[in-house]
Amino acid sequence: MTANENGTLVEVRGLKKYFPAGAALFGVGSDEVKAVDDISFSVRRGETFGLVGESGCGKSTTGRCILRLIEPTAGRVIFDGQDLGALGSAGLRRLRRDMQIIFQDPFSSLNPRMKVGRIIEEPLVIHRTGTKQKRRDRVVELLKLVGLEAGHAGRYPHEFSGGQRQRIGIARALALNPKFIVCDEPVSSLDVSVQAQVVNLLQDLQEQLGLTYLFISHGLSVVEHISTRVGIMYLGKLVEVARSQDIFNDAQHPYTRALLSAIPVPDPDARRKRLALAGDIPTAINPPSGCRFRTRCPLAEPRCAETEPQMVEVKPGHFVACMVVAPEGKK
Amino acid sequence: MEDNILTVKGLSVEFRMRAGVVKAASDVGFDIERGATLALVGESGSGKSITSLSIMRLVPPPGEIVSGEILFNGRDLMKLDSEEMRRLRGSEIAMIFQDPMTSLNPVYTVGDQIAEAIELHERLPRSAAWARTVEMMERVRIPDAARRAKDYPYQLSGGMRQRVMIAMALSCNPRLLIADEPTTALDVTIQAEILELMRGLKDDFDLSMLLITHDLGVVAETADRVAVMYAGRIVEQGGVRDIFHNPSHPYTEGLLRSVPRLTEEGMKRRRLDTIEGTVPSLLDLPRGCAFAPRCQYEIAECTQRDIPMITVNGGHGSRCIRADVVGDEAAKTHPERSGRAQTAGI
Ligand SMILES: Nc1ncnc2c1ncn2[C@@H]1O[C@H](COP(=O)(O)OP(=O)(O)OP(=O)(O)O)[C@@H](O)[C@H]1O
Ligand SMILES: Nc1ncnc2c1ncn2[C@@H]1O[C@H](COP(=O)(O)OP(=O)(O)OP(=O)(O)O)[C@@H](O)[C@H]1O
Ligand SMILES: [Mg+2]
Ligand SMILES: [Mg+2]
Repeated sequence: MTANENGTLVEVRGLKKYFPAGAALFGVGSDEVKAVDDISFSVRRGETFGLVGESGCGKSTTGRCILRLIEPTAGRVIFDGQDLGALGSAGLRRLRRDMQIIFQDPFSSLNPRMKVGRIIEEPLVIHRTGTKQKRRDRVVELLKLVGLEAGHAGRYPHEFSGGQRQRIGIARALALNPKFIVCDEPVSSLDVSVQAQVVNLLQDLQEQLGLTYLFISHGLSVVEHISTRVGIMYLGKLVEVARSQDIFNDAQHPYTRALLSAIPVPDPDARRKRLALAGDIPTAINPPSGCRFRTRCPLAEPRCAETEPQMVEVKPGHFVACMVVAPEGKK
Repeated sequence: MEDNILTVKGLSVEFRMRAGVVKAASDVGFDIERGATLALVGESGSGKSITSLSIMRLVPPPGEIVSGEILFNGRDLMKLDSEEMRRLRGSEIAMIFQDPMTSLNPVYTVGDQIAEAIELHERLPRSAAWARTVEMMERVRIPDAARRAKDYPYQLSGGMRQRVMIAMALSCNPRLLIADEPTTALDVTIQAEILELMRGLKDDFDLSMLLITHDLGVVAETADRVAVMYAGRIVEQGGVRDIFHNPSHPYTEGLLRSVPRLTEEGMKRRRLDTIEGTVPSLLDLPRGCAFAPRCQYEIAECTQRDIPMITVNGGHGSRCIRADVVGDEAAKTHPERSGRAQTAGI
C-alpha cells in the first residue's frame, strides 16, 4: 500500500489485537474481543494520518499497539525501518523516545500532585537525559514552545484550564524530541474555541519540528482539517483509506458515506441528505461474518455475508474494502 | 406573552463558596415560544446547566437563585411550594441529560422505571402504565419494545438508553422538554438518529424544547432560536439564521469561526481562527463586559459600565456596545487577539 519506502515512517501490516472477553458477563470463557482485526496502513514522514471511526471500533487499540504500549496479537509494525516486534527490550526502549502519545483527557492524564515542570521533565528523567540544569532549561523551552510561560513550571495541573492542560500534555510528549506522535482524541474534550487553539498548535509544531502524527478522532471535521490522509475504521477493520480530500469529497465506502452524512452542519440553510443506518453497532466479540458492516449497510447483498472484502485501490492512493462499490479485479 | 410557554427574566444564581461568590448565572433572560426550540450554547462552565436546573428549581446547594422570575405557562414557578414543584417536574416539564446511565437506576428494568413515572404522575393502574410504557418505547423506535422493556440499563447500547430516557421524559405528556447535551455521549450516526427522532416527536407531541449543546451543527439543525452564554450571561440571542449569518457579539463571531468545517475543496493547512486567552473566573468577573479582555473590538467604554442587551433588530439582541460593527475588519481595535494572526503557541 506504500508508494515510497523512504517516505514511510510507520508501517502497519496485518495488525491484530484480540482481548479476552469478560467471561463472567457472557458465561463463555473462550470468547475474544476482536478489537483490531488485520489492518494495514502506512504513515509517511511529516504527514498527519487521521484515524476515524465510532466508539469501540479499535482506534485507540491501534495507536497503543503501534507504540507497543500493548502487545499485538499478530502483525508487524515497522518504525523507521525497524521491526518493533523483533527488537529486544533495550532496542524498544531506545525507539520509545521517538514515539510519543497525547491523550484525550487533559484532566486525568496529568498527575495532580506533580508540579507542571516536573511532569514535563519526567520523560527526560526516565531516559536519563542531560544534567539537572539542562533538563530545567529544556522544560522552559518546551513551555514556551507550547505557548505557556516559564513561571508555569511551578504550578499544579488544577490551576490550568482544559486547553492549557492539553498544552502541558503536548510539552511532555515533545520533551524527548520524538519523530512520531499518536494523538488520541487530543481535542475531543475541549470547547470548540479551545480546540482550535490546540489544533493550530499541533500544526505549527509539526511544521517547526518535522513531526509525523497519527491523529485519532471521531470528530470528522477536525480530522479533515488536520490530516493529509485518512483511514476509516469500522469494528476492528479499515474500510477506506485515501487522501483527506478524497475521503471528504469522493467517499466510496457506504459506511464512510453514512458517517459523513451524519455530521451536523453548522449552517441553518444547509441542505441535508442523511443516509440513515439501520440498527446498532454490533459487538466485536462475534462480529458479523463476511463484511462487518453488512448488518447496517444499505447496499448489502447476500454475498457480503460470505467473504470478507479486501482493500481494492479504486484510484491511485484510494483504497476501499467493499465488494459492492469496489469489486476486486476492477480498477 | 400568551404565545410563550416559558419566560425567564433577570435570573441570577450564585454559589457562596469559601473562596468567594461564584456568579454562575447573571441576569439571564429569554422566552421560548410554544412549539419552538431554543438552543442554549456556550463554553463549558458558562452557566447553561445551572440555567436549566433553575427552571426546574433544582440548583444544587450551595447554589441559590438570588433573583429572577420564571414564568411557565403563565405561572411563576418561583412562587410554587416544593410539593407543587415536584408535581410539575416530570409531568409538565421533563428533562433529559447527557449521560443516561447516571439517570437510570441500574437495579430496575427500564420498563419498570418508565412505568413507575407514569403511575406516579398519571395515577394509572400498573397494567395500564405498563401498556403505555411499551407504547412509548415503540414511539421512540426501540425494536421489540415489549421484550426490551424487561432489560436492565446495562443490557442496552448508549443510543438505546438515550431512547429510553426520551420515552420516559415524554411518557407523561410534558409541555416543555429540557434536554441537556442529549447526544453528546453518542456516536455521530446514532446522534443523527436521535436528533431526527426528537424532531419528529416534538411535532407529534406539540412540545417546546430547551436544548443545551455545545455543537453548533446540532444547533443549526434543531433550533428555532439561539441564546449564547458567556461567563454566566446571555451575550447574544436571536433567530437561528440571525445568529449564524449575522453574529453581532464578538464572542459568537469567534465561536462560529473557530469551528472546523468540512470544506468543498481541501483548503489544506489553513489555520483555524481562535479566540485567544481564557474564560474569566466567575469568582472575580471583570467590570463591564466579561469578554472585553479577549475581544478584538474592545474600546475603553466596554469595561467602564455594565453592558445591557442591545437590540440589533426585531428579536435579535446583543450585549455589545459595538454590535453594529461586529464582522467589520476595519473596526477591530485588537486584531491580534485572533489565532489566525498568531504564530506558534501563543
Ligand atoms: N484492555 C481491554 N480489554 C478488553 N477489551 C478491550 C480492552 N481495550 C479495548 N477493548 C475493547 O476493544 C474494542 C476497541 O476499543 P478501543 O478503545 O480501541 O476503541 P476506540 O475506537 O478507541 O473507541 P473510543 O472512540 O470509544 O475511544 C472495544 O470493544 C473495547 O471494549
Ligand atoms: N456545585 C457547584 N458548586 C460550585 N460552583 C458550581 C457548582 N455547579 C456549578 N458551579 C459553577 O457554575 C458555573 C456554571 O456551571 P454549569 O454547570 O451551568 O456550566 P455549563 O455551561 O453547563 O458547562 P458544561 O458545558 O461544562 O456542562 C460553573 O462555572 C461552576 O463554576
Ligand atoms: Mg479511543
Ligand atoms: Mg452543563
